[in-house]
Amino acid sequence: MTDNPHRSDPIDYIQRTHDQYAGLGFPPYGWVHSETPPDFSPLNKSLSDCKLGLVCSGGIYAVGQVAFHFKDDFSYREIATNIPTEDLRATHFAYDLTDAHVDPNVVFPIDTLRSMVTNDELGSLADNAYTFMGGIYSAHKVADILAVAIADRLVADEVDVALMVPV
Amino acid sequence: MSSAYSITRAVNPPRAVYLDFPLGHTAGKPQDRHQQLEIMRDTFAAFSTISTPGEIQHLKYEWQSDQGWKDRVMRPTPLSEMDAKDTNDDKHEDNRVARHATPQYQSLQDEALADAACPTCVFLDQIP
Repeated sequence: MTDNPHRSDPIDYIQRTHDQYAGLGFPPYGWVHSETPPDFSPLNKSLSDCKLGLVCSGGIYAVGQVAFHFKDDFSYREIATNIPTEDLRATHFAYDLTDAHVDPNVVFPIDTLRSMVTNDELGSLADNAYTFMGGIYSAHKVADILAVAIADRLVADEVDVALMVPV
Repeated sequence: MSSAYSITRAVNPPRAVYLDFPLGHTAGKPQDRHQQLEIMRDTFAAFSTISTPGEIQHLKYEWQSDQGWKDRVMRPTPLSEMDAKDTNDDKHEDNRVARHATPQYQSLQDEALADAACPTCVFLDQIP
């Protein structure tokens, strides 16, 4: 294999999705492109004084919860942020789950964030994190229903900052 | 946090950090608590160092010194290159996971323990 001089560049997943669909004989997926970012709110206090809300799309669920399905599932799960790590599970159709099954922190950094609270690097975590399974085909369901529902929960939780961990 | 630069660029969030790791490792390598913590500290720093809306900061970490792993991501083998399926067809092997419409549990034990009523599951398609 010849050396690729562009290997240090990020993988262009949008282009590779186009290539994959074309290779399978499908029309291109209509990715959403947001021309302008949403309103920018400067953080005016130390993270050691902030409550953080965690939102992850890696398909994390807890033992006892219903797992995600793979056909445009736009439901979400509340996960208590004091949950024992061994009660976390992962399911997803679009990435290799091997490492997430060994250590859910790769896509749901709960132990990392809890240690930062213990170390006073972060004020606190909201009582619940919110998880869903990305790869939802319908941009409408994501933008107009799921994102709105989770944003409402973050507002109700009175978080100062929200950390999104997609896959 | 993101490991898919092009997708995050398209989403255009207010601020982001980019970690050049394979999908499924947005917050670090498994069981590497030290690096996971360092990645999160760098992520936290971006809350104050990013002042331009839409900026994506690249984090300094490498998955492997050899970046050959990138050549294999989403590059299914053309059927015409597969010994067992030499059809002279230029379409590709479909290696995607089937889109099952039923819950996909990590284990059968999880399925047995699941509460179908699930008060902490929010099924948005069932809300009027």
